[in-house]
Amino acid sequence: MAVEAAERPPSTPSRGALGHRTGRVRPAGGLELWSWLFMRISGVVLLFLAVGHVLIMHVFDGGVSRVNFGFVALRWQSPFWRTWDWALLVLALLHGINGLRVIVQDYVKWPSARFAVNMLFYVVGFSLFALGTVIVFTFDPRRWPGAS
Amino acid sequence: MAKRKTDVGTLYKGSPGQWSWIAHRITGVAIILFLFAHVVDTAVVGWGPTAYDRVVAVYHNWGVRLLELGLVAAVLYHAINGVKIMLFDFWPGTTRYMKQLSIGSTGLFLLAMVPITWIMGRDILNLSLGWNL
Repeated sequence: MAVEAAERPPSTPSRGALGHRTGRVRPAGGLELWSWLFMRISGVVLLFLAVGHVLIMHVFDGGVSRVNFGFVALRWQSPFWRTWDWALLVLALLHGINGLRVIVQDYVKWPSARFAVNMLFYVVGFSLFALGTVIVFTFDPRRWPGAS
Repeated sequence: MAKRKTDVGTLYKGSPGQWSWIAHRITGVAIILFLFAHVVDTAVVGWGPTAYDRVVAVYHNWGVRLLELGLVAAVLYHAINGVKIMLFDFWPGTTRYMKQLSIGSTGLFLLAMVPITWIMGRDILNLSLGWNL
């Protein structure tokens, strides 16, 4: 955690071939480079997982109006969807909270405040990861016979 | 080089990527904040049908549906703009076409939003005004 408080240049957009700004500057190395790379790799995976999820659950085939307990029970009969949803949970949390960390580095300058804000997000993120993981893998609709 | 008007007036100094950069941040923050709530509401499924169906009923409210349309737009924008960022990052030569790619990706986003707005908007109108589209 102490490593994080170390200053890095704020993530002003980098300059491309013609001096235009693009995304965040690619960090020179270390943890920040891995974080930079992780955002892009998880981004590619989330392109399918998150966009697919949103289209399936919120747009097509009645969207969220068809979602109820029975729908989830049926959907989670398939290990494929349980895996999809769990992978989406993990990658979206990591990608999102790492994104928040980058933004916090830009706007929260005071080290203790930055530490506190980041810690808050990490705790929330980890709790949601734990909650989601337990539910995805232990959910068993047979505990409510006749419900679905 | 003479200062362009955009070099002075705006917060991020008016480069072509500034608006997509700020939009990427805003949509990203919106999505993660929604995700915090969404993991909890989905987890309620582990407490059985009565509890879950009561929570999910929130999503059947038309005002929440409107927010849901915004969420879909945010995810789509963030995804398409993310691809654009990776293009620039991994193939720096593509920044030569930054303007075209920016217009193209924004156009793709808007184009995709047309049928999505129709599909989701129909539900919203049906729910709010009792229409039967």
